[in-house]
Amino acid sequence: MKDTRQSTVGSVGLVKTHYFTFAEPPGHLALVSGKRLSPVTLAYETYGKLNSDATNAVLILHALSGTAHAAGYHSTNDRYAGWWDHYIGPGKAFDTDKYFIICSNVIGGCNGSTGPSSINPETGKEYALDFPVVTIRDMVNAQWRLIGHLGISKLLAVSGGSMGGMQALQWAISFPEMVQSVIAIATASSLSAQGIAFNEVGRQAIFRDPNFNNGDYYSGNSPVSGLSLARMIAHITYLSDKIMHEKFGRRLQNKDLFSFKFDTEFMVENYLHAMGLKFVSRFDANSYLYITKAIDYFDLKSEHEGRLTSAFEGVLSDFLVIGFTTDWLYPSAQSREIVNALRVAGKNVVYTEIETDKGHDAFLLPDDRMERDIANFLKREFEKTGR
Amino acid sequence: MQYPDLKRIAYDLIIEEIPEGSRVLDLGCGDGSLLVELQKAKNIEGYGVEISSEGVSSCVEKGLYVYQGDVDDGLSGYRANSYDYVILNQTLQYTKRPRYVLAETLRICRSAIISFPNFANKKNRIHLLFRGTMPGNRLLPYDWHSSPNMHHLSIKDFRNYCRENGYPVKKEAHFKVVGDTGSRIVGFAPNFCAEFGFFILDGEGFVS
Repeated sequence: MKDTRQSTVGSVGLVKTHYFTFAEPPGHLALVSGKRLSPVTLAYETYGKLNSDATNAVLILHALSGTAHAAGYHSTNDRYAGWWDHYIGPGKAFDTDKYFIICSNVIGGCNGSTGPSSINPETGKEYALDFPVVTIRDMVNAQWRLIGHLGISKLLAVSGGSMGGMQALQWAISFPEMVQSVIAIATASSLSAQGIAFNEVGRQAIFRDPNFNNGDYYSGNSPVSGLSLARMIAHITYLSDKIMHEKFGRRLQNKDLFSFKFDTEFMVENYLHAMGLKFVSRFDANSYLYITKAIDYFDLKSEHEGRLTSAFEGVLSDFLVIGFTTDWLYPSAQSREIVNALRVAGKNVVYTEIETDKGHDAFLLPDDRMERDIANFLKREFEKTGR
Repeated sequence: MQYPDLKRIAYDLIIEEIPEGSRVLDLGCGDGSLLVELQKAKNIEGYGVEISSEGVSSCVEKGLYVYQGDVDDGLSGYRANSYDYVILNQTLQYTKRPRYVLAETLRICRSAIISFPNFANKKNRIHLLFRGTMPGNRLLPYDWHSSPNMHHLSIKDFRNYCRENGYPVKKEAHFKVVGDTGSRIVGFAPNFCAEFGFFILDGEGFVS
C-alpha cells in the first residue's frame, strides 16, 4: 500500500547501537534460576528526544530473533531498515517527533548483549552451555537497569510483539509504578503446547547437528544446518496457510515441469531454504536454544496460583492488546484471555483484533489499522500524563 | 431503503438515568459516542464492547477502553455487581445468545438499561396485515434477506420474559422517536404505540 503521508512520515535516518554494561564484579544480576550473571551488557538504540521531565519515553521490545536495531539504518549502504521501521519514525505510530523511543535487546541473545557467545570472565572462553538459563523476567530485570541508567523513572509505554509482548506484560507486573501503559501485540500469557512443540523440534535440530559439539563450537564450524532447519520450521509457524498459498501456491521455482529428483523445486521450499540460510549468518545457535527456552518457561498463570487475573491484580498500567485473526502461533484467543483477565481485574484495556491473512508475522508488517490504533492509544496515554 | 441513523437513539433517556460517577459497561457501543456523552454529562467511568473494527478504532481515537468482540465474550469473568450500569442500547436484537447475555448482564450489573425496537408496534402490525411482507421502516431498516437482527421481540415479550426469569423491572419508559433522535415516552398501550422498548432492570435485586 502506498503511503499517502510522505510529507510528514519519515525515517529516523542513520542510527547507532549503544551498549550499557552493569553488574560488574563484585556486583551481579540475580537470575530467577538462582544463578548469577556478571557483568551484564545490554545493546540498545534510541530514537527521538527525551523531554525535560522525562515523560515521553517508550520502551520497545523485540521477538525471538530481533535486535536493538528497530528503526533507521546503520549505514548508507544498508539495504534494510530496522525491524519495526514501519511503526517507528517521524509521523509514524511511535512518533519520534513526540516520543523518545528506546529499543532494548535481551540477555541470552547474540546481538551485542550478554549471552552464550559472550566471554565468560571465569574461563576466558565463550560461555556456550555454561551460560545460565534466563527467563523473560530476567530479561526485564536487566532492561530495568538500562531504563534507570537512562534517567527515566516512568515509561509512557512498553510495547512489543510475540516474545516482546511477553516482556511488556512482565514489565507491567514486575514494575507497576514505572509503566503508564502497555501495547502488547500478537502475544500470550504463556506459549501453547503446540508452540513449545515447535520450539523443541527447532532445538533438537540444533542438538543433532554434528557440529554442535555440546554447544562448544565457537572455535570450529558452527551447527549451521541445525540452526537453519530450526529457522525453517519456525518460519512455517509465522505464516498462515492462506498467505503461503497466495505467496507460493504449488508453483515451481524457475521451471514448469517436475524433475523427478529431490532438488528444491517448489517455491515454498526455496523460500524456506533462503530464510534458513539468511538466519545462520546473523544468529547464534546457542542463543536460539536459550531464548526459545525463555519463551517456553514464560507462564503468568502458574506464577500466580493458576489465575491470570491474580497476575494482573497489582498492575497500574493501561493496556492496548492487539491480536491477529490468522495467527496460530500466538492465537488471538490467547490475546483475548489476557484482555479478559485484565477486564476482570478492573484494568483499563483496549482489545483490537485485526483481520489479516498474514499470520503471526502480521505484527512486523505495515497495517493501517494497527498504525492508527497504536498512534491514537499512545496520544491519549500521553495526554493523561498531563501534557 | 434509506432511514435516518438511529445510533443516537435513547441517548437522552439513558444520560438522564445514570448518576454521576457511575461505572458503566456499554455492550455494542458502536463508535463510543454514548460513552463520551456520559463522560461529559455525568463523569462516568466507561467501558465498551463492540464487534466492528471501525467502531473500535473510533473508540480508541476518543480515548475509550473497548473490547473488540461479541457482546457475550468475556462477560462470565466479571464478578457479580461489578458495574453500576450495563447498557444494551439497540443491541439485544443482534445478539446470538440473548438468554445468556441477559443472564450475565443481570449478574454483573447493579442496574441494566435495555432498549430495543418494538416489533409489535402498530406500523409493523398494519404493514404485515395489509401488505403481507416484512415491514421495512426505521424500526426495521433492513430487507428480510440482509437483516442483522437475529431475535425480534416486542415490549410484551420482554416483559413476560423478565417475569418468567424473575428479573426485577425497576422502570419502563417505552418511547417513540420525535425529530431525528429525540424521544417521547408513550404511556398508553406501549406495546401497540411505542416504537422502542426501554427497560431498567434491577441487577442488584436479582439473585440467580
